[in-house]
Amino acid sequence: MGIFEAMLLTIITAATPLVLAAIGELVTERSGVLNLGVEGMMVMGAACGFIATQVTGSPYIGILAGIAAGALFSLLFGFLTLTLVANQVATGLALTILGLGVSSMIAEPYLGQSGIKLPQIVFPVLSDIPFLGPVLFKQDLIFYLSIALVAGVNWFLFKSRAGLKLRSVGDSHASAHALGINVIRTRYLAVMFGGACAGLAGAQLSLVYTPQWAENMSAGRGWIALALVVFASWRPWRIVAGGYLFGAVSISQLYAQAFGIGIPSQLLSALPYLATIIVLILISHNRRMTLINTPASLGKSFVPDR
Amino acid sequence: MAAEGQPANSLLLAVGQLTKLFGTFAACDGINLDIRPGEIHALLGENGAGKSTLVKMLFGVLAPSSGQIVWQGQPVRITSPSAARKLGIGMVFQHFSLFEALTVAENIALSMDPGVSLARIAKEASDLSHAYGLPLDPHAHVADLSVGERQRIEIVRALLQNPKLIILDEPTSVLTPQEADRLFETLNKLKAEGRSVLYISHRLEEVQRICDRATVLRHGKVTGACDPRQETPSSLARMMVGSDVAHVSAEGTSSKGAVKLEARHLSAVARTPFAVALKNICLKVHAGEVLAIAGVAGNGQGELFDALSGEYPVASDDVILISDKPVGTRGINARRLMGAGFVPEERHGHAAVSALSLSDNLILARSQSDRRAFLGGGPLGLIRQDAVKKAAKRISATMDVRKSGENPPAGSLSGGNLQKFIVGRELDRQPTVLIVNQPTWGVDAGAASRIRQALVDLAKSGSAVLVISQDLDEIFEVATEIAVISEGKLSDIYPASDLSREKIGLLMGGMYGKTETAETAHAH
Repeated sequence: MGIFEAMLLTIITAATPLVLAAIGELVTERSGVLNLGVEGMMVMGAACGFIATQVTGSPYIGILAGIAAGALFSLLFGFLTLTLVANQVATGLALTILGLGVSSMIAEPYLGQSGIKLPQIVFPVLSDIPFLGPVLFKQDLIFYLSIALVAGVNWFLFKSRAGLKLRSVGDSHASAHALGINVIRTRYLAVMFGGACAGLAGAQLSLVYTPQWAENMSAGRGWIALALVVFASWRPWRIVAGGYLFGAVSISQLYAQAFGIGIPSQLLSALPYLATIIVLILISHNRRMTLINTPASLGKSFVPDR
Repeated sequence: MAAEGQPANSLLLAVGQLTKLFGTFAACDGINLDIRPGEIHALLGENGAGKSTLVKMLFGVLAPSSGQIVWQGQPVRITSPSAARKLGIGMVFQHFSLFEALTVAENIALSMDPGVSLARIAKEASDLSHAYGLPLDPHAHVADLSVGERQRIEIVRALLQNPKLIILDEPTSVLTPQEADRLFETLNKLKAEGRSVLYISHRLEEVQRICDRATVLRHGKVTGACDPRQETPSSLARMMVGSDVAHVSAEGTSSKGAVKLEARHLSAVARTPFAVALKNICLKVHAGEVLAIAGVAGNGQGELFDALSGEYPVASDDVILISDKPVGTRGINARRLMGAGFVPEERHGHAAVSALSLSDNLILARSQSDRRAFLGGGPLGLIRQDAVKKAAKRISATMDVRKSGENPPAGSLSGGNLQKFIVGRELDRQPTVLIVNQPTWGVDAGAASRIRQALVDLAKSGSAVLVISQDLDEIFEVATEIAVISEGKLSDIYPASDLSREKIGLLMGGMYGKTETAETAHAH
């Protein structure tokens, strides 16, 4: 295995959780809800996924546990912001802090245990293709899921009627309500989808990336995922492009150190955010782009006047 | 009286004793209304009369507290907009319920049967829109369309359901006179097909022109049902407002004095990608004159106001003159100190801070221009609360501002009362130049007439007044001179008596006719 191929494999492993968490948050934001609790939901998914795997011995049950943990945790966010109409920004930040605390508490007995790595699914024949084979067809279930989810979300949002309704709720909740669309229910489902994806991203960290539990093991990836959604200007396939770019940047820190290249690692880890700022400047300069892609009611609470 | 002698089942819609309570406040109180097949029925009323609440109940957006709705002889409960659409009720909202980020076809698809493909919807919408003379491109993004085109989407969307009743909420408030004429043609076409139209408006002239019958609401109650063509505008207005609206008199304002406000070839680049650039604007306002600037929204009115008021000063001093002194680069307070007063368009967040009390809002606007009266303590600039409160009280009294409590927050006042206070705040200084943008936008008829009279009176007392407005009724009431702004360019200035509505409509469309003489007036 060449160095380039090895590098590509590590990039994929680093990028997958970013793509997963970001595609979930993209759906949430397209419905007009800003959930800043991605980091918290992710770390909950990592903890619960790891615990379930250790208890049952099956990393697949661990995946389900991670998804369930993320979805349930986001349900708390949904209840607070959609039913009780709490401020979305403050609630999301609280969710992150809560998630970091609760995960450390419940997974404390499992600290230092070595976990079970999610097995690879090898496609016969295809995986024998030189170079591309091992990179694309000798991966774990979560990687395949991440690509399928992006394709699925893209189809759902732009081809299905339900996706059209979800986008309409994010664009103008008052108008959507006037048309008879159930705004709150749509948003609950979108928030829970976002939570499930963040939980799955967390499970990837504790089952694939480094199969063990460590406190705060999401290490800021939830924030990168949030930046990634803006970087992708709310378009699903750009999440993949951005996720792999950000993943490559974070991996290049390690290689830069190994080869003794003198770029400060802090600068490299700041790159995703710098890129996001540049994208923000670019899209805010183009009003048409902003109008067509940004969910106009993002972060605004909806109270029906019935 | 209208329903008598009609068997109930020949009516399309009969509403009986319909009531909607918000807490203890009755937004609609025992409303009776009936609509026959194939008629254009007007629903008249001031802002807050309960018109919107009533139609929201008919369209299933709000649930009635009590009363009944009978549709084609059958009592029905309309629980959602989709239930209303199934019955055959279509609705065109006042504030468009459109999604800017979506295409025309996607917008329409949202209110259609989910089984129909997007491609078919696009095709049908395009065909239908052309058949009714309202052409639309189904694949355009709404964000790229004009207000008139957006309204077409709403109408086409309603028509695609093949409705028996179409409800239009204040449809002409955003249209040029020509666009409105086109809408009226479409409405007559619908009527000829046997469909009924419920037409909500507070524009009496329109209602008299196209409506067969009218129901008038005031404070949530029906105050009249009539044939609008048998009534006079003042009798309709009386039903709407409850008392005779004071007639604004602009007489005696035509004596021209010295030029008090002047713009010389004023140009300004657009500050944002969606703002309008001002192009070579020349205007003069003499003492004793009211110059009204007409135009459809978004043609540079806000930008002109910003330049003239000094909110965004321009690059060169001598393009704007107040009392013959160049002020182009000076800020808003410098211009106030020279005797000018300004009332911007947005009441909340621009002309007033909603959360602050009336007296605080007063000192915010006049802390510099009336420093001696309101501030004490020399350089410390301490606010003399007593003096400020006294002035706020004086303004409230002169302008008849109705409020709860002595000095309530600006946000607690109704739109009309807050607007009276904001205009009064400037009038209180007896400005030699007053510039107002949309002085009576969304204000009830009583307050609007009070404000307009105050503007006319100020001009009579020898000040120069510039009114920017989209309301032609208002313009004809107050103006001695009229100009029209279109795409950032200002037309020639005409004496008000020389202009007809048609001529203004042409100017709004950008047909300047700089050299041709104004058509002979046939406005009245």
